[in-house]
Amino acid sequence: MRKIELTKLNIRYALLISSFLFVGVGILRGEHLVVLKKAVNICLECIGVG
Amino acid sequence: MDKLKISEQRIIQTITTIITNGYIVGFMKGKIFTGNSKFICVPGLNCYSCPGAVGSCPIGSLQAVLGGRKHNFSFYVLGFIMLFGVLLGRFVCGFLCPFGFLQDLLHKIKLPKIKVPKRIDKPLRYLKYAILLIPVILLPIFLTNQYGMAQPYFCQWICPAGTLEGGIPLLIKNEPLRETIGFLFNWKMGILVLIIAVSIFIYRPFCKYICPLGAFYSLFNKFSFYQMNVDKLKCNGCKTCEKQCKMNVKITKDINSVECIRCGECKKACPKGAITSGVYLEGTVGVTKTNEHTFHQ
Repeated sequence: MRKIELTKLNIRYALLISSFLFVGVGILRGEHLVVLKKAVNICLECIGVG
Repeated sequence: MDKLKISEQRIIQTITTIITNGYIVGFMKGKIFTGNSKFICVPGLNCYSCPGAVGSCPIGSLQAVLGGRKHNFSFYVLGFIMLFGVLLGRFVCGFLCPFGFLQDLLHKIKLPKIKVPKRIDKPLRYLKYAILLIPVILLPIFLTNQYGMAQPYFCQWICPAGTLEGGIPLLIKNEPLRETIGFLFNWKMGILVLIIAVSIFIYRPFCKYICPLGAFYSLFNKFSFYQMNVDKLKCNGCKTCEKQCKMNVKITKDINSVECIRCGECKKACPKGAITSGVYLEGTVGVTKTNEHTFHQ
Protein backbone atom coordinates (compact mmCIF):
# COMPACT_ATOMS: atom_id res chain seq x y z
CA MET A 1 0.00 0.00 0.00
CA ARG A 2 2.79 2.34 1.01
CA LYS A 3 4.63 1.48 -2.22
CA ILE A 4 1.60 2.42 -4.33
CA GLU A 5 1.34 5.72 -2.47
CA LEU A 6 5.00 6.47 -3.10
CA THR A 7 4.60 5.63 -6.78
CA LYS A 8 1.65 7.99 -7.08
CA LEU A 9 3.60 10.68 -5.27
CA ASN A 10 6.54 10.23 -7.63
CA ILE A 11 4.23 10.37 -10.64
CA ARG A 12 2.70 13.59 -9.31
CA TYR A 13 6.06 15.35 -9.00
CA ALA A 14 7.31 13.85 -12.28
CA LEU A 15 4.24 15.24 -14.07
CA LEU A 16 4.77 18.64 -12.48
CA ILE A 17 8.40 18.82 -13.57
CA SER A 18 7.51 17.45 -17.01
CA SER A 19 4.86 20.11 -17.49
CA PHE A 20 7.39 22.89 -16.94
CA LEU A 21 9.88 21.14 -19.23
CA PHE A 22 7.22 20.74 -21.91
CA VAL A 23 6.35 24.44 -21.78
CA GLY A 24 10.09 25.28 -21.98
CA VAL A 25 10.69 22.96 -24.93
CA GLY A 26 7.57 24.36 -26.62
CA ILE A 27 8.93 27.89 -26.28
CA LEU A 28 12.29 26.82 -27.72
CA ARG A 29 10.43 25.31 -30.70
CA GLY A 30 8.51 28.55 -31.17
CA GLU A 31 5.12 27.00 -30.44
CA HIS A 32 4.09 29.92 -28.27
CA LEU A 33 4.32 32.15 -31.34
CA VAL A 34 1.95 29.85 -33.24
CA VAL A 35 -0.52 30.11 -30.34
CA LEU A 36 -0.13 33.88 -30.13
CA LYS A 37 -0.60 34.34 -33.89
CA LYS A 38 -3.78 32.26 -33.82
CA ALA A 39 -5.13 33.96 -30.70
CA VAL A 40 -4.67 37.59 -31.75
CA ASN A 41 -6.62 37.11 -34.96
CA ILE A 42 -10.34 36.35 -35.02
CA CYS A 43 -10.69 32.61 -35.57
CA LEU A 44 -13.51 32.50 -38.10
CA GLU A 45 -13.92 28.74 -37.80
CA CYS A 46 -14.20 29.02 -34.01
CA ILE A 47 -16.99 31.58 -34.18
CA GLY A 48 -18.76 29.67 -36.94
CA VAL A 49 -18.31 31.83 -40.02
CA GLY A 50 -15.14 30.26 -41.44
CA MET B 1 -22.23 27.77 6.39
CA ASP B 2 -23.71 25.85 3.46
CA LYS B 3 -24.76 29.05 1.74
CA LEU B 4 -21.30 30.49 2.30
CA LYS B 5 -19.72 27.44 0.65
CA ILE B 6 -22.02 27.67 -2.38
CA SER B 7 -21.24 31.32 -2.80
CA GLU B 8 -17.51 30.57 -2.56
CA GLN B 9 -17.73 28.43 -5.69
CA ARG B 10 -19.83 31.04 -7.49
CA ILE B 11 -17.46 33.82 -6.40
CA ILE B 12 -14.43 31.94 -7.71
CA GLN B 13 -16.25 31.12 -10.97
CA THR B 14 -17.30 34.75 -11.41
CA ILE B 15 -13.85 36.13 -10.64
CA THR B 16 -12.15 33.66 -13.00
CA THR B 17 -14.61 34.44 -15.80
CA ILE B 18 -14.04 38.17 -15.35
CA ILE B 19 -10.25 37.88 -15.14
CA THR B 20 -9.93 35.65 -18.22
CA ASN B 21 -12.35 37.87 -20.17
CA GLY B 22 -11.29 41.20 -18.75
CA TYR B 23 -10.87 43.15 -22.01
CA ILE B 24 -14.20 44.97 -21.71
CA VAL B 25 -13.35 47.37 -24.57
CA GLY B 26 -13.43 44.36 -26.89
CA PHE B 27 -17.12 43.78 -26.20
CA MET B 28 -17.93 47.43 -26.82
CA LYS B 29 -15.93 47.72 -30.06
CA GLY B 30 -16.52 44.19 -31.38
CA LYS B 31 -12.77 43.52 -31.55
CA ILE B 32 -10.58 40.94 -29.86
CA PHE B 33 -7.64 41.58 -27.55
CA THR B 34 -4.29 41.42 -29.34
CA GLY B 35 -1.85 41.72 -26.43
CA ASN B 36 1.08 39.40 -25.71
CA SER B 37 -0.70 37.72 -22.78
CA LYS B 38 -2.51 35.65 -25.37
CA PHE B 39 0.42 33.29 -25.75
CA ILE B 40 -0.52 31.96 -22.29
CA CYS B 41 -3.18 29.28 -22.06
CA VAL B 42 -5.97 29.75 -19.54
CA PRO B 43 -7.14 26.70 -17.56
CA GLY B 44 -10.78 26.57 -18.73
CA LEU B 45 -12.57 26.33 -22.06
CA ASN B 46 -12.47 30.01 -22.97
CA CYS B 47 -12.47 30.91 -26.68
CA TYR B 48 -9.60 33.20 -27.70
CA SER B 49 -11.93 34.84 -30.16
CA CYS B 50 -14.10 36.07 -27.31
CA PRO B 51 -13.73 39.90 -27.44
CA GLY B 52 -12.82 39.94 -23.76
CA ALA B 53 -10.36 37.03 -23.73
CA VAL B 54 -6.88 37.92 -22.50
CA GLY B 55 -5.48 34.39 -22.79
CA SER B 56 -5.77 31.40 -25.08
CA CYS B 57 -8.07 28.40 -24.97
CA PRO B 58 -5.94 25.26 -24.47
CA ILE B 59 -8.05 23.17 -26.85
CA GLY B 60 -8.00 25.84 -29.59
CA SER B 61 -4.26 26.33 -29.09
CA LEU B 62 -3.57 22.60 -29.27
CA GLN B 63 -5.39 22.36 -32.60
CA ALA B 64 -3.63 25.48 -33.88
CA VAL B 65 -0.18 23.97 -33.24
CA LEU B 66 -1.06 20.43 -34.39
CA GLY B 67 -2.82 21.75 -37.47
CA GLY B 68 0.04 24.07 -38.42
CA ARG B 69 2.79 23.25 -40.87
CA LYS B 70 5.68 23.11 -38.40
CA HIS B 71 4.69 20.73 -35.61
CA ASN B 72 2.86 17.45 -35.20
CA PHE B 73 3.16 17.56 -31.42
CA SER B 74 2.66 20.47 -29.06
CA PHE B 75 4.95 20.41 -26.05
CA TYR B 76 3.88 23.92 -25.19
CA VAL B 77 0.10 23.45 -24.96
CA LEU B 78 0.35 19.95 -23.48
CA GLY B 79 2.71 21.41 -20.88
CA PHE B 80 0.08 23.95 -19.84
CA ILE B 81 -2.69 21.34 -19.72
CA MET B 82 -0.44 18.98 -17.71
CA LEU B 83 0.43 21.80 -15.33
CA PHE B 84 -3.20 22.70 -14.61
CA GLY B 85 -4.09 19.01 -14.52
CA VAL B 86 -1.41 17.92 -12.08
CA LEU B 87 -2.03 20.87 -9.78
CA LEU B 88 -5.83 20.83 -9.75
CA GLY B 89 -7.28 17.96 -11.81
CA ARG B 90 -10.94 18.61 -12.64
CA PHE B 91 -11.14 21.34 -10.00
CA VAL B 92 -10.65 23.46 -13.13
CA CYS B 93 -14.03 22.21 -14.41
CA GLY B 94 -15.76 22.85 -11.12
CA PHE B 95 -14.35 26.28 -10.36
CA LEU B 96 -12.33 27.83 -13.19
CA CYS B 97 -14.17 27.11 -16.45
CA PRO B 98 -16.55 29.82 -17.74
CA PHE B 99 -18.57 27.30 -19.74
CA GLY B 100 -18.94 25.08 -16.69
CA PHE B 101 -20.09 28.16 -14.77
CA LEU B 102 -22.75 28.86 -17.41
CA GLN B 103 -24.05 25.30 -17.16
CA ASP B 104 -24.18 25.58 -13.35
CA LEU B 105 -26.30 28.73 -13.65
CA LEU B 106 -28.61 27.16 -16.23
CA HIS B 107 -29.15 24.15 -13.99
CA LYS B 108 -30.28 26.52 -11.22
CA ILE B 109 -33.41 27.34 -13.24
CA LYS B 110 -36.31 25.88 -11.34
CA LEU B 111 -37.61 23.28 -13.79
CA PRO B 112 -37.83 19.49 -13.34
CA LYS B 113 -34.43 17.75 -13.47
CA ILE B 114 -33.64 14.59 -15.40
CA LYS B 115 -31.36 11.80 -14.23
CA VAL B 116 -29.92 10.06 -17.27
CA PRO B 117 -30.36 6.25 -16.98
CA LYS B 118 -27.09 4.43 -16.24
CA ARG B 119 -27.18 2.37 -19.45
CA ILE B 120 -27.14 5.61 -21.48
CA ASP B 121 -25.03 7.72 -19.12
CA LYS B 122 -22.12 5.30 -18.72
CA PRO B 123 -21.23 4.77 -22.40
CA LEU B 124 -21.86 8.44 -23.20
CA ARG B 125 -19.16 9.44 -20.67
CA TYR B 126 -16.57 7.93 -23.04
CA LEU B 127 -17.66 10.25 -25.85
CA LYS B 128 -15.52 13.10 -24.51
CA TYR B 129 -12.39 10.94 -24.84
CA ALA B 130 -13.28 10.13 -28.45
CA ILE B 131 -13.76 13.86 -29.10
CA LEU B 132 -10.37 14.61 -27.53
CA LEU B 133 -8.69 11.95 -29.62
CA ILE B 134 -10.35 12.43 -33.01
CA PRO B 135 -11.27 16.07 -33.80
CA VAL B 136 -8.81 17.65 -31.36
CA ILE B 137 -5.67 15.54 -31.87
CA LEU B 138 -5.82 13.13 -34.83
CA LEU B 139 -7.71 15.12 -37.47
CA PRO B 140 -5.54 18.28 -37.16
CA ILE B 141 -2.44 16.08 -37.55
CA PHE B 142 -3.60 13.90 -40.43
CA LEU B 143 -6.46 15.65 -42.24
CA THR B 144 -4.51 18.52 -43.77
CA ASN B 145 -4.77 20.51 -46.98
CA GLN B 146 -2.16 20.73 -49.73
CA TYR B 147 -0.13 23.19 -47.61
CA GLY B 148 0.01 20.78 -44.67
CA MET B 149 -2.42 22.84 -42.61
CA ALA B 150 -5.62 21.71 -40.90
CA GLN B 151 -8.78 23.33 -39.61
CA PRO B 152 -9.45 23.38 -35.86
CA TYR B 153 -12.11 20.70 -36.31
CA PHE B 154 -13.45 20.68 -32.76
CA CYS B 155 -13.74 24.49 -32.65
CA GLN B 156 -15.24 24.59 -36.11
CA TRP B 157 -17.90 21.89 -35.82
CA ILE B 158 -18.57 21.24 -32.15
CA CYS B 159 -17.45 23.88 -29.63
CA PRO B 160 -20.45 25.84 -28.29
CA ALA B 161 -18.17 28.07 -26.20
CA GLY B 162 -16.74 29.64 -29.35
CA THR B 163 -20.22 30.44 -30.64
CA LEU B 164 -21.36 31.89 -27.35
CA GLU B 165 -18.24 33.76 -26.26
CA GLY B 166 -16.82 34.68 -29.67
CA GLY B 167 -19.43 34.33 -32.39
CA ILE B 168 -22.42 36.09 -30.87
CA PRO B 169 -20.65 39.18 -29.41
CA LEU B 170 -18.52 39.68 -32.53
CA LEU B 171 -21.43 39.29 -34.93
CA ILE B 172 -23.58 41.74 -32.94
CA LYS B 173 -20.94 44.43 -33.42
CA ASN B 174 -19.71 43.61 -36.95
CA GLU B 175 -21.95 44.12 -39.97
CA PRO B 176 -19.41 42.61 -42.46
CA LEU B 177 -19.10 39.46 -40.33
CA ARG B 178 -22.89 39.14 -40.14
CA GLU B 179 -23.04 38.98 -43.93
CA THR B 180 -20.91 35.83 -43.90
CA ILE B 181 -23.33 33.83 -41.75
CA GLY B 182 -24.17 30.53 -43.38
CA PHE B 183 -24.70 26.85 -42.69
CA LEU B 184 -21.76 26.53 -40.27
CA PHE B 185 -22.99 29.30 -37.99
CA ASN B 186 -26.52 27.91 -37.97
CA TRP B 187 -25.14 24.45 -37.18
CA LYS B 188 -23.08 25.82 -34.31
CA MET B 189 -25.97 27.88 -33.00
CA GLY B 190 -28.06 24.71 -33.05
CA ILE B 191 -25.46 22.93 -30.90
CA LEU B 192 -25.27 25.88 -28.52
CA VAL B 193 -29.05 26.14 -28.12
CA LEU B 194 -29.28 22.37 -27.60
CA ILE B 195 -26.61 22.38 -24.89
CA ILE B 196 -28.15 25.40 -23.18
CA ALA B 197 -31.57 23.74 -23.18
CA VAL B 198 -30.27 20.37 -21.99
CA SER B 199 -28.19 22.03 -19.23
CA ILE B 200 -31.40 23.24 -17.61
CA PHE B 201 -32.61 19.66 -17.13
CA ILE B 202 -29.37 17.65 -16.92
CA TYR B 203 -26.42 18.74 -14.78
CA ARG B 204 -23.43 19.85 -16.91
CA PRO B 205 -24.11 17.71 -20.02
CA PHE B 206 -21.23 19.29 -21.92
CA CYS B 207 -18.73 18.51 -19.13
CA LYS B 208 -20.03 14.96 -18.68
CA TYR B 209 -20.20 13.88 -22.30
CA ILE B 210 -18.47 16.26 -24.71
CA CYS B 211 -15.70 18.44 -23.29
CA PRO B 212 -12.24 17.33 -24.50
CA LEU B 213 -10.54 19.57 -21.95
CA GLY B 214 -12.43 17.91 -19.10
CA ALA B 215 -11.44 14.55 -20.61
CA PHE B 216 -7.80 15.61 -20.49
CA TYR B 217 -7.97 16.87 -16.91
CA SER B 218 -9.84 13.75 -15.80
CA LEU B 219 -6.69 11.73 -16.52
CA PHE B 220 -4.94 13.72 -13.78
CA ASN B 221 -7.64 13.46 -11.11
CA LYS B 222 -5.90 10.63 -9.26
CA PHE B 223 -2.46 12.24 -9.49
CA SER B 224 -3.21 15.91 -8.91
CA PHE B 225 -1.96 17.80 -5.87
CA TYR B 226 -5.55 18.87 -5.15
CA GLN B 227 -7.40 15.81 -3.87
CA MET B 228 -10.67 14.81 -2.28
CA ASN B 229 -10.57 12.48 0.70
CA VAL B 230 -13.08 10.30 2.59
CA ASP B 231 -12.10 9.47 6.15
CA LYS B 232 -13.27 5.90 6.70
CA LEU B 233 -13.16 6.31 10.47
CA LYS B 234 -15.75 9.09 10.31
CA CYS B 235 -17.84 7.76 7.39
CA ASN B 236 -20.94 5.86 8.51
CA GLY B 237 -21.76 4.62 5.01
CA CYS B 238 -25.04 6.54 4.72
CA LYS B 239 -24.18 7.52 1.11
CA THR B 240 -25.79 10.94 1.47
CA CYS B 241 -22.77 12.23 -0.47
CA GLU B 242 -23.45 9.92 -3.42
CA LYS B 243 -27.10 10.90 -3.52
CA GLN B 244 -26.02 14.56 -3.59
CA CYS B 245 -23.34 14.15 -6.30
CA LYS B 246 -24.64 15.45 -9.61
CA MET B 247 -21.71 13.91 -11.50
CA ASN B 248 -22.77 10.45 -10.20
CA VAL B 249 -19.42 9.65 -8.58
CA LYS B 250 -19.21 6.58 -6.30
CA ILE B 251 -17.74 8.72 -3.56
CA THR B 252 -17.27 6.11 -0.85
CA LYS B 253 -15.40 3.84 -3.27
CA ASP B 254 -13.54 6.21 -5.58
CA ILE B 255 -13.83 9.83 -4.57
CA ASN B 256 -11.10 10.96 -6.97
CA SER B 257 -12.87 9.36 -9.91
CA VAL B 258 -12.25 10.74 -13.40
CA GLU B 259 -15.75 12.21 -13.30
CA CYS B 260 -15.31 14.23 -10.09
CA ILE B 261 -15.19 17.96 -10.80
CA ARG B 262 -14.36 18.78 -7.15
CA CYS B 263 -17.45 20.98 -6.75
CA GLY B 264 -17.54 20.12 -3.03
CA GLU B 265 -21.26 19.28 -2.84
CA CYS B 266 -20.43 15.91 -1.21
CA LYS B 267 -18.35 17.65 1.42
CA LYS B 268 -21.25 19.91 2.33
CA ALA B 269 -23.74 17.04 2.35
CA CYS B 270 -21.75 14.71 4.61
CA PRO B 271 -23.40 14.69 8.06
CA LYS B 272 -20.22 13.34 9.67
CA GLY B 273 -17.74 15.75 8.13
CA ALA B 274 -15.84 12.75 6.73
CA ILE B 275 -15.06 14.36 3.38
CA THR B 276 -12.21 16.82 3.03
CA SER B 277 -10.39 18.36 0.12
CA GLY B 278 -7.23 20.31 -0.36
CA VAL B 279 -3.68 20.34 -1.61
CA TYR B 280 -1.74 17.25 -0.58
CA LEU B 281 2.01 17.58 -0.92
CA GLU B 282 2.85 14.14 0.44
CA GLY B 283 1.18 10.76 0.07
CA THR B 284 -1.97 9.90 -1.81
CA VAL B 285 -5.51 10.12 -0.61
CA GLY B 286 -8.93 8.89 -1.56
CA VAL B 287 -10.53 6.63 0.98
CA THR B 288 -8.25 6.73 4.04
CA LYS B 289 -8.03 6.90 7.79
CA THR B 290 -7.35 10.12 9.69
CA ASN B 291 -3.82 11.49 10.13
CA GLU B 292 -2.29 9.47 7.31
CA HIS B 293 -1.35 12.42 5.16
CA THR B 294 0.16 15.84 5.03
CA PHE B 295 -2.77 18.03 4.15
CA HIS B 296 -2.87 21.75 3.50
CA GLN B 297 -6.44 22.95 3.24
